[in-house]
Parts: sequence; C-alpha cells; structure tokens
Amino acid sequence: MSPFFIITGFVTLLGAAFAMSLRNLVHCALAMAVAFSGIAALYLQLDAQFVGFAEILVYVGAIAILIVFAILLTRSGEAPEKSVLTSGWMAGIAVSALVFTMLGWAVLNSSAIPKETPPAPVATVKNVGDALMTKFVLPLEIIGLVLTAAMIGAVIIALKEDSQKSKSEVGGYQ
Amino acid sequence: MSPLQACLLISALLFAIGFAGAVTRRHAILVLIGIELMLNAANLNLIAFWRFSPHPEALTGFIFVLFSMAMAGAEAAVGLALIIAIYRHKKTSNLDEVKELKG
Repeated sequence: MSPFFIITGFVTLLGAAFAMSLRNLVHCALAMAVAFSGIAALYLQLDAQFVGFAEILVYVGAIAILIVFAILLTRSGEAPEKSVLTSGWMAGIAVSALVFTMLGWAVLNSSAIPKETPPAPVATVKNVGDALMTKFVLPLEIIGLVLTAAMIGAVIIALKEDSQKSKSEVGGYQ
Repeated sequence: MSPLQACLLISALLFAIGFAGAVTRRHAILVLIGIELMLNAANLNLIAFWRFSPHPEALTGFIFVLFSMAMAGAEAAVGLALIIAIYRHKKTSNLDEVKELKG
C-alpha cells in the first residue's frame, strides 16, 4: 500500500466530512467535488482507468454543476441563521458510528479477504467496449432507456406547472 | 493490513459519513449529496473487489460500477428536479417544513 494511496484516501474522507458538515451550501458542493476527485484518484490507483475518468466526467463534471444550479435556483447560497441539523441528529450520528464500527470490524476480522495482491488486471477501453457490446449489451440498452425516462421525468417535474393557468388567465383578460 | 482491507475501510468510513449527513442535515440538497457519497462508497467497494478478485478479466464489477454511475446520474437529475419543484410550491428546501404526508 503506497503512501500516495493513503494520502488520496485521507483527502477523499476529509472532503466528504467537510461536504457534510459545513454550513454554507456552496462550500459543501465544492467539498463534495474534492471528495469525488479523490475517489477518481483511488480508482486510477486500483487500475480502473476508465471508471476513474468516467467518475470525473459524471460526478465532478455533471452532478456537481447540477447541484450548484439547484442551490442557486432554490436561493440557499447563504448560510442559514437557524440550526442546520435535524432534531434527532444525535441518534443519526450514533447509528452511523455503529454502522462504521460493524463494517470495520467485519472487514478487519474477515477470513474471506485474500492476503496477497494479484497482478494488475487489464481493463483497456477496448476490453470494456467489447464486454459492453457482447456480454452486457442488454443491460446497456436498458440503462439507456432508464436514462432517457429519467431525463424526460426530470424535465416534466421541474417544468412550471402554472403555465396552463396563466394561459387561461391571459385568455380571460382578452 | 492488506490493500483490499484499506479500500474497504475507506469506503466504510465514506458510507458512514454520507449516512450521517443524509440523516442529520435539514437541507434537501445536502441529503442528496449524502446519498451520492453512499453510492460512491458502494462503487469503491465494487472496484476494490474487482481489482483483488482471482478473475478480474471477467470485468463484472467494473461494468457494474459503470451502470451504477448511470443510475446515480438519473437519480441526481430526478432528485434535484423534485427539490426545485418543492421549492416552487413551498418556498423552502428545509426538510423539517415539508411534512404534509406525516401522519
């Protein structure tokens, strides 16, 4: 395990912690982008280059921009005066600490985890494309359908609802 | 500690941070960010298991992560559209004030 891996993991976790704990939402979105970049660097070190660059494109590129736009559209850019935590936040922290304790205990004590590191696998873009076009072609088509449906649904949900009403009002005035 | 264990510990901590944020913060967008962090923790697990598996040439975990990312993109788009629609109705994105369906 290289020191670079530890540093990347540390930066990722720090970014995630800041994204969940800062008061100003824009700062949270920036910290989230840092966390996603760290995850992309972890993917690159795990020999998954294609997934690493896709992570940068999808998360740091698209989702971070989408979240910043949502923050601006809901006018929540400045830090609130009231508390930013829910009333039952102590129970939430306790449950998440419990979850981490259980997962960490399971990871550290599992006998199913191989001790030796296998040689680096080959996942070139050609291999990935071959797999996507032969063995995984049906899931690929389905995910395309799902993405299209989600995109149309998002547009319809976020569309202004009162356009028909205002149209009839305009008609009433004439 | 083996490299696989290090990856799994990082992703477990990432999941716990995302979960804590999604449960404790009041703002809807931050809950969505927490859910994205949890999804990424799961993806990191899949990639780590693929990297250290005896047969990585099958590319199963790798492709699974690609599809999971596409689902995360769809989820983020629909979730943010819902947040914007709620804001337009109620002029708030504070989850404590959106409680019409509470019994």
